Amino acid sequence: MKNSSRRGFMGKAFGAVAAVGAVGSLVAMKKTWDPLPSVKAAGFTTLDMSIYEEGVMVTEKWRGKPIFVLKQSAKMLETAKENPKDIERLIEIAGEHYMVCIGLCTHLGCIPAFRPDSNDFKCACHGGEFDASGMVQMVPPPRGFDIPPFTVDGSKLVLGEAGPVWQAMKDSGITL
Amino acid sequence: MAHFTKATSVKDWLDQRLAVTKLEKVMMSEYWIPKNINFLWAMGMILVVTFALLVVSGIFLLMYYVPTTAEAFNSVNYTIMKEVDFGWLWRHVHGVAASVVFLIIYIHMFTGIYYGSYKKGRELIWISGMLLFVAFSAEAFSGYMLPWGQMSYWAGMVITNLFSGGSLHADGLVEWIRGDYVPAQAFLGRFFMLHVLLIPLAIMGLIGLHFGALRIPHVNNQDGEEIDFDVESKKYLDGDKAGSKVMRFANDFMSKDMMVVGFFLIFFFYLVFWNYGFAMDPVNFDPADGLKTPAHIYPEWYFLWSYEILRPFNIDLGLILFAFAQVIFVLLPFLDRSPNTCAANRRGPLFAIWFWLMLSNMIVLTSMGKLPPEGIFSTIGLVAAVLFVVQWLALPIITSMEKKV
Repeated sequence: MKNSSRRGFMGKAFGAVAAVGAVGSLVAMKKTWDPLPSVKAAGFTTLDMSIYEEGVMVTEKWRGKPIFVLKQSAKMLETAKENPKDIERLIEIAGEHYMVCIGLCTHLGCIPAFRPDSNDFKCACHGGEFDASGMVQMVPPPRGFDIPPFTVDGSKLVLGEAGPVWQAMKDSGITL
Repeated sequence: MAHFTKATSVKDWLDQRLAVTKLEKVMMSEYWIPKNINFLWAMGMILVVTFALLVVSGIFLLMYYVPTTAEAFNSVNYTIMKEVDFGWLWRHVHGVAASVVFLIIYIHMFTGIYYGSYKKGRELIWISGMLLFVAFSAEAFSGYMLPWGQMSYWAGMVITNLFSGGSLHADGLVEWIRGDYVPAQAFLGRFFMLHVLLIPLAIMGLIGLHFGALRIPHVNNQDGEEIDFDVESKKYLDGDKAGSKVMRFANDFMSKDMMVVGFFLIFFFYLVFWNYGFAMDPVNFDPADGLKTPAHIYPEWYFLWSYEILRPFNIDLGLILFAFAQVIFVLLPFLDRSPNTCAANRRGPLFAIWFWLMLSNMIVLTSMGKLPPEGIFSTIGLVAAVLFVVQWLALPIITSMEKKV
């Protein structure tokens, strides 16, 4: 009896040591898979908004992701004004309206193609569609394009820094 | 110390230390296989051989492959394909085997479903088999990342995005899996590790479990007959080989098994030498580009059925049904409430219809998954996806109505 209780104690003591080790190694393993500091610090992208032409879709790059920039033409703006969900997504700089979005389908992250004839985006992967302001028109995507954190600096737009305009958009649920 | 005597032969020397004679009996000559089987019972051996082909070809590819985003594409498409003597052979064997192994897995699975080989003590064989299917799927996916072509990159993007859980927006989890905001060096490095070490280890362990689970219930037979293996094997060993319902695994069964493997290998190497194109997507011969999605992103043919279940719905419902499709086959032994262990066609009309409908529907889902999501194809895909779910929900009901045959 004395022996078996001593063995029981030894078993429990080992269990305690092993549990501490297991938790410690799980933490280390989780952290080893985290994005590296150099990746996290990946910089900011500054866009000069005065160079874009109306109705011409341009793809920029920020943190390895494509950024769609579409300066709204008069016709696009007219359509957008009819729909409050569209107009509130546009960024106004020096009196002009721009769609600036992360160009990844909010379904599973493919890059939808811009169709100049119909002024909309179509995703080839699962058939999702977005209008010229980046709002979703056809499922499966659950929402419009996400808008990257930005701050307005004169006629420039800095991506990666959350300015007041973007914060307001996020708070009101226009973007994630 | 245990008592050892002077060995009379090499075999005796080994016998005293490793019990090789006993081992040979347990594993081969006195491992009993029913006689009442057909060529479909050889799929397991074909899978073992295909896995061996994958390991050997993989070892040779591993010597020249470079797991960096800058070098990966060229190390495969230039170094291995153009510089290394016979490098093309290892690549084509590896690619074709990765595709064909799924064809055999599906045949193996549906053979099991047809003959009721997941019932009455064989549940663990089925479950370990389905875990192997999951492990092989992970192995195929991680391997698909390595050439770092356009399909590698975009399949990596789409599949890792599944882990955001739709409206849960677990973007942190997705970034943790990738080690970056998008698939990049950290992603390639970890999927390389998974492909060449961790998942193969898991597969080997699961193969051991799969074989172990087979040992006590033994292999099923064409009639699902419950065989008394002690009585039948005694009959065989006493000389009544013709009257016994069983035969030795080696060499009786193995000789026929390897015959089928021989036919398979002729077919396999015909594909490797003359028709490997189906396993080499042309889009993946463009290097990965994070700013350009290919016009159509589709998985390899063996994932198309579950992809088609994801596609017609909004993201949350799509993900739920996709997850359902991934796990539901595992539960088959518990969803089938029927007392019968025999061929599907003999279990009454309901299960026979269920089986053939499930098999046809998987083929329909696979075909629709390959076609662009437009017009009539979207509709057929939607109907097939709904039918798949309905069939599984109906399974416990129709099998509990089944009469004992």
